[in-house]
Amino acid sequence: MAVALNWYLALSAVLFTIGVLGVLLRRNAIVVFLSIELMLNAVNLTLVAFSQALGDVDGQILVFFVMSVAAAEAAVGLAIVIALFRNKETVNVDDLHLFRG
Amino acid sequence: METSVLLILLPPLLGAVLNGVLGLFAPAYRKNEWVIGGLATAAVALPFVVAVSVFLGFHHEPEVVRYFTWMRAGDLVVDFAYRIDQLSLLMTLIVTGVGALIHLYSIGYMHGDAGYWRFFAYLNLFIFAMLNLVLAENLVVLFLGWEGVGLCSYLLIGFWYTNLKNSAAANKAFIVNRIGDFAFLIAMFLLFQAVTSARPGTFGLDFSTLLAPETLGLLGGGTLALAVLLFFIGATGKSAQIPLFVWLPDAMAGPTPVSALIHAATMVTSGLYLLARLSPMVLRAPGVMMVIGLIGALTALMAATIAITQNDIKRVLAYSTVSQLGFMFMASGVGAFFVAIFHVMTHAFFKGCLFLGSGSVIHAMHGVEHELEHRGIIPSKHGHSDAHGHDTPKDSEVRQNPLRDNPLPYDGPFDAQDMRTMGGLKRYLPVTRWTFLIATLAIAGLPPLAGFFSKDEILFKAFEYGYDGHSWAFFVWVVGLATALLTAIYMGRCYLLTFEGEERWPAALDVRPHESPWTMTVPLVVLAALSAVGGFLGLPALLGSSWIHHWLGAEHGGPVFEAEHELEVSHGTEWGLLALGAAIAVVGLLIAWARWGRRELEADSWLRYKLGALYYWASRKWFWDELYDATVVKPVVGGARRVLAPFDEKGVDGAVNGLARFVRNVGAALRPLQTGFVQHYALAVVVGVVVVVAVMLFVGG
Repeated sequence: MAVALNWYLALSAVLFTIGVLGVLLRRNAIVVFLSIELMLNAVNLTLVAFSQALGDVDGQILVFFVMSVAAAEAAVGLAIVIALFRNKETVNVDDLHLFRG
Repeated sequence: METSVLLILLPPLLGAVLNGVLGLFAPAYRKNEWVIGGLATAAVALPFVVAVSVFLGFHHEPEVVRYFTWMRAGDLVVDFAYRIDQLSLLMTLIVTGVGALIHLYSIGYMHGDAGYWRFFAYLNLFIFAMLNLVLAENLVVLFLGWEGVGLCSYLLIGFWYTNLKNSAAANKAFIVNRIGDFAFLIAMFLLFQAVTSARPGTFGLDFSTLLAPETLGLLGGGTLALAVLLFFIGATGKSAQIPLFVWLPDAMAGPTPVSALIHAATMVTSGLYLLARLSPMVLRAPGVMMVIGLIGALTALMAATIAITQNDIKRVLAYSTVSQLGFMFMASGVGAFFVAIFHVMTHAFFKGCLFLGSGSVIHAMHGVEHELEHRGIIPSKHGHSDAHGHDTPKDSEVRQNPLRDNPLPYDGPFDAQDMRTMGGLKRYLPVTRWTFLIATLAIAGLPPLAGFFSKDEILFKAFEYGYDGHSWAFFVWVVGLATALLTAIYMGRCYLLTFEGEERWPAALDVRPHESPWTMTVPLVVLAALSAVGGFLGLPALLGSSWIHHWLGAEHGGPVFEAEHELEVSHGTEWGLLALGAAIAVVGLLIAWARWGRRELEADSWLRYKLGALYYWASRKWFWDELYDATVVKPVVGGARRVLAPFDEKGVDGAVNGLARFVRNVGAALRPLQTGFVQHYALAVVVGVVVVVAVMLFVGG
């Protein structure tokens, strides 16, 4: 039996909100980073749900693109975090404000 | 004919470009003085040859050559067109002929100058501009030449620009000329507006259209008189008349060949050319003609009185030029334009000769100066006089003239242009002396030299015009007579102080001037010969027929019109006037001989003592410079300092600085927004997205 579309969307909204709050509120750069991944996957979930509900495969194809971009982003993002830690010995985003006006 | 005009116009332009570009970019080229000078001279001699051939084949049929349309704007269609007629041909012959001689002269005169190539490039450019001026078929092309000669005049007055005095003189010439040019422009606008509003169709200020009786008939009397007056104001600038003559004496700061070519023989006569070219129009404005005649007469008299008091040989000649130009304007004022052109021609001969002669004298005196500096007799201008330090003689020894027992009559500083340090040069500069003497007698009006015929014809025409019922012309005539007398006196003085008497420079027994090289003396001889015989081209009616009248006069098919006379002067009166003119020249020369020939510099002291304040008045040029300083320069400079400078500081700078301060303050106020925390930016994005989505959902529908 199929789960109603609304449940998927509700779960996706919850995950996305957790991700947004994580990005805005957490101090650890790696957790911020994970929150971003969470947001991306919330969107993926929406895409797959719609795709299945509408019988259209386009949404699932788009998910593959999002995943590959997310993988690339993870590689670059983690590299930046490592470089940051080597230089600053911290991954606390509150200590990183070089562009303050 | 099209080829001929191009062959006349283009060589000077090419010469200027070639010498200018090569000299600018190839420093090695600058040393080839013979190449530079020869090229420049050939570039003027070729147009002369072409002009002569055109002249010989000319059949009293004016020809207009149109090359292309220069500009087209509504009803204004201006062509690049040139006119070959009797007047422009004559002027072309004068410009290229005298110009070629002066180029040849400059080869020797400018020898060794660092700006040799620059000089010849400017000089060729001047000839090109002047040919544009005299050959132009419309007022716009004429104005192009008019501005071009002004530019070259500026460049050449300030040729030795490292001296501030020369730059100031160049600026003065340029600015004063600009005032006249402004009037010229207004006159062109006025004519264009008046003609196009009176009849349909395009108009290009062409002479053939403009001067046709039907076009002139379209113009109202007031408009026409105003246009002629404005053209005359333009002419007072270029041709150095009251009130705009003040630049010409200062223009002598340029090299002497420039003074001869531009500031005596050609450019300064362009105002006369303009009036002669526009003669049908000028004749319709008799009121303005009176102004022209009176201004000419006053200028002639004033400049002659100043010339008597000057000691710088070039300044004497400069004021003499102003005075002679005044004579020409007298002729134009009484409607005898062809006589004005006749005097332009003879004046080009004898004043060119005089200026080149003075250049030869200055050249020689510079040699004396160098020798004296070298021997340590006078302090060196270049500051190495102490090279011979210990054997420098004392001033009292130096000031002794070895040729006679008493001290030197003039004990001021040595100046190669000051006649007080000359004297007795006839023994050293025979060619210069004889040519200078002939030219002096010619300008003084001694029959049968050139100046006699042209000046006498001017005076006769003034008398005739007065006799015909214009009483003001009698005043012009009387002033002209007085000026003629003064001319003979000051030119006699100039010759006598320079060439006769005792040597007045220090150590005259040892240090001798030398005659100039052949490139300088040949032009002198040619010009002296022309100033001796040139007058026969315009014999008075009593003695034969006037070639120049036949050539230029409208009644014989030429372009120059003249005033009609109802009353004819009797032959007896004419003979009397002729004799009077000759007598005045002789009397003036005799007065000069009796004073300056016998007593040299003491005659100046005597004159100063006799005339007192009047002499001072004249020697300070009638205080024209002071007048302009008080009425124009001071108010303008003062206004600039007191009104415009504060406005610039507070108004213009204030606006710019205020804007900068505003931007900086806004930036400082907004700065805290940039916290540097990534999360703040992310929050802003989220809030923004929420707002946008909310708006789309609830407002945009």
